[in-house]
Amino acid sequence: MKGFLLRRAATVPLTLLGVSLLVFAATELVPGDVARTILGREASQASVTALREQLGLDRPWIQRYADWLGGFLTGDWGESYTLGVPVHDLVLDRLGHSLLLAGVAFALLAPVAVGLGLWAGVRHDRAADRVISVGGLAFGAVPEFVTGVILLVVFAVKLRWFPSGAQAPEGSGPLIVLWHLALPALSLVLLCTGYVARHVRAGTVASVESPYARAAELRGLTRGQVVRRHVLRNSTVPAASALGVQLQFLLGGLVSVELLFTYPGIGALLLQAAVDKDLPVLQAAALVLGLLYMVIVLGADVAYRLLDPRVRLGAVTS
Amino acid sequence: MITVDGLSVAYQGVAVVHDVSFSIAPGRTYGLVGESGSGKTTLGRALGRHLPSGGAVTAGRIEVDGADVLALPPRELRAWRASALAVVHQEAGSALDPTMRVGAQLAEALRIQGRPRGDVTGLLAKVRLPGEVARRYPHQLSGGQQQRVVIAAALAGRPRLLVLDEPTSGLDATVEREILNLIWALRAEIGAAIVLISHDLALVGRLCDDVGVLYAGRLVEEGPAARVLSEPRHPYTRALLDSAPRIGAERAHRGHDVTPLLEVRGLTRAYGKTKVLDDVSLAIGRGEIVGLVGESGSGKTTLARAVAGLGRRGGGAITLDGAELPTEVGRRDPATRRRISMVFQDPDASLNPSHTVRTILTRALGDGGGVAELAALAALEPHLLDVRPSRLSGGQKQRVAIARAFAGRPDLIVCDEPVSALDVSVQAGVLRTLADQQARTGVSYLFISHDLAVVYQLADRVVVMSGGRIVEEGPAERILREPRHPYTIGLLRAAGHEPSQRRRHVH
Repeated sequence: MKGFLLRRAATVPLTLLGVSLLVFAATELVPGDVARTILGREASQASVTALREQLGLDRPWIQRYADWLGGFLTGDWGESYTLGVPVHDLVLDRLGHSLLLAGVAFALLAPVAVGLGLWAGVRHDRAADRVISVGGLAFGAVPEFVTGVILLVVFAVKLRWFPSGAQAPEGSGPLIVLWHLALPALSLVLLCTGYVARHVRAGTVASVESPYARAAELRGLTRGQVVRRHVLRNSTVPAASALGVQLQFLLGGLVSVELLFTYPGIGALLLQAAVDKDLPVLQAAALVLGLLYMVIVLGADVAYRLLDPRVRLGAVTS
Repeated sequence: MITVDGLSVAYQGVAVVHDVSFSIAPGRTYGLVGESGSGKTTLGRALGRHLPSGGAVTAGRIEVDGADVLALPPRELRAWRASALAVVHQEAGSALDPTMRVGAQLAEALRIQGRPRGDVTGLLAKVRLPGEVARRYPHQLSGGQQQRVVIAAALAGRPRLLVLDEPTSGLDATVEREILNLIWALRAEIGAAIVLISHDLALVGRLCDDVGVLYAGRLVEEGPAARVLSEPRHPYTRALLDSAPRIGAERAHRGHDVTPLLEVRGLTRAYGKTKVLDDVSLAIGRGEIVGLVGESGSGKTTLARAVAGLGRRGGGAITLDGAELPTEVGRRDPATRRRISMVFQDPDASLNPSHTVRTILTRALGDGGGVAELAALAALEPHLLDVRPSRLSGGQKQRVAIARAFAGRPDLIVCDEPVSALDVSVQAGVLRTLADQQARTGVSYLFISHDLAVVYQLADRVVVMSGGRIVEEGPAERILREPRHPYTIGLLRAAGHEPSQRRRHVH
């Protein structure tokens, strides 16, 4: 396990280097001149040139890339072109908000999806299973911004049970914060539940019908004991990797959900920065998300190994 | 006392077990013999009242020590299973939870019996396993050790009925012998009525007091084991006994060309630091059938794969008609590749499930002609050409694989356990086809099997492998009837054949 972690950790800087290159190249390819966008169409060519020099945009890209990466690693992420505040604080502040939203969504997703999957699997090919499988598939097929809009219209506008904005007022208690985050989190959960539940269901069906479950039942265990002691763990093995995949999906969903519920997260920031051609913000936010991605993948791999001794102890090559 | 009275079982309305009755006294062992599809496993599962979904008992009674098993309400059924029933399934590996340590699983079995966790070590000792096995996960144990653990779990209580469903299938002859000896030794101590389900008539004959022969869901013959095996009354039992290959039985003596076709010299293969083939040299003559025997892990499959150009690289040389063969099949030219073909143990894994038999054979032929003739060679009925492998029985699938192996008019066919997964009567037919085609085409076989009697029936010469080396080789008659190497003698004994000592020198 330790060797595995070390090996995997060693690949992180290399991947990060690749991601940073991609992010930098992508922002380089953003059409239009940055200085021109900032100053507006009316500005003189001379002032545009002056701004380009001031921003360092006239230097070769390799030099700018090296400066940027060096700055990123030392915590100097530059200043936002449009907001005039340090990028470091801005991005991390927004990241905090997003992690809170994603965390709430995930805390809801994991038990609900695993629970539904288990239930469907234990009672497979019966009514409950059909409802869960088809329902999960249907919700998974509807994009989060559509379910988000429906939730917003029904529960915030018509019924007024929930606020329409996800950001709680400054200094609110945790319950108020959760109340504000409920609708955006729910739209993300609805998107991802079906996928995870289907994986858990498949694992559960295989496990319920496995010879070891049969053997346990023949030893005199009740169905409930068999499920708790044997099926649960065996069916969460596929769930670990499915949850990892969905967590990444969830991060992607943040962009539209944050925008919809006017939530000051990193997704909304990313989108705004792209529109404004605010390169330092865009690059930093993208790189931070990339880093987060890698952490999630690593986490899912570790969970998988912890759950399945065959992988952990090297009988199966993962 | 176990009494089964007029038991009938159906799957979705189709009857698979008809009106079966038998009884077993405590301490006695009852063997249920039959081929696949005879209903023996269904019967075994009905005894624990644990039929797969869709299955139901349609008539009859099962009484264990006065308890009417089929009438028990759920709660009492569980209590009865916990206190009176123990089941050992085939493939012990899958009967153990892969995510739980062995100790925890045994502790669970003990807890049901109200016994403390500390008894795990004692339980392991009973099945001759060291206590440290408790800390292992199932996948870290060998097949034989896994089966011992399952038996240990069965011994956690004091079962009145012990059902052993093919407890040694998939195990090597030596390990099988050990497991059976263990069951034999524990039999008196357990004092339970034992039902041993098996397709192996000889094995049941050695272990059981009484034998019941199942055919198409009916008990066609029943009686003391010795009587049923020596004077079978029902024609099916007689056919079953006759189709089982036996060492020492009449075998066709055939001559073959002595010019070597394939020569293997100093072949060495290793996985990491473990040598699986250690300086192996072997020659196969034109038209010769060479039987390759040994336990799993002896290197026989690795050798076969090396000849076919599969598997990893290593030292040594393989020549075909004097010309050296590249190690990897990808580097052999198509004409050479066609000269060596292979039949695998599991046709399910080697036949593409989405192709019809016709497509499979047409592709193997290349030019597309003569599919019907090819199928006829392998005694494959013409109407089977347009179905997919999933619709075929095990024997039919293996015939497709054999037909495919002959498609390229090979000089050598490597057969890796081609009949191991088949029932005795089907096996006899497939072996006959292999022998007929050999005689007709003059092809050579490298025939791998763990079943020494099968090898005896087919092979001209036998090569015995152990630990990656060839320990003995010679004419089949000599090796299997008068073996000299202790390993070969052990192998024969484990399979229940007492080798003749005639020519062994005593020093």
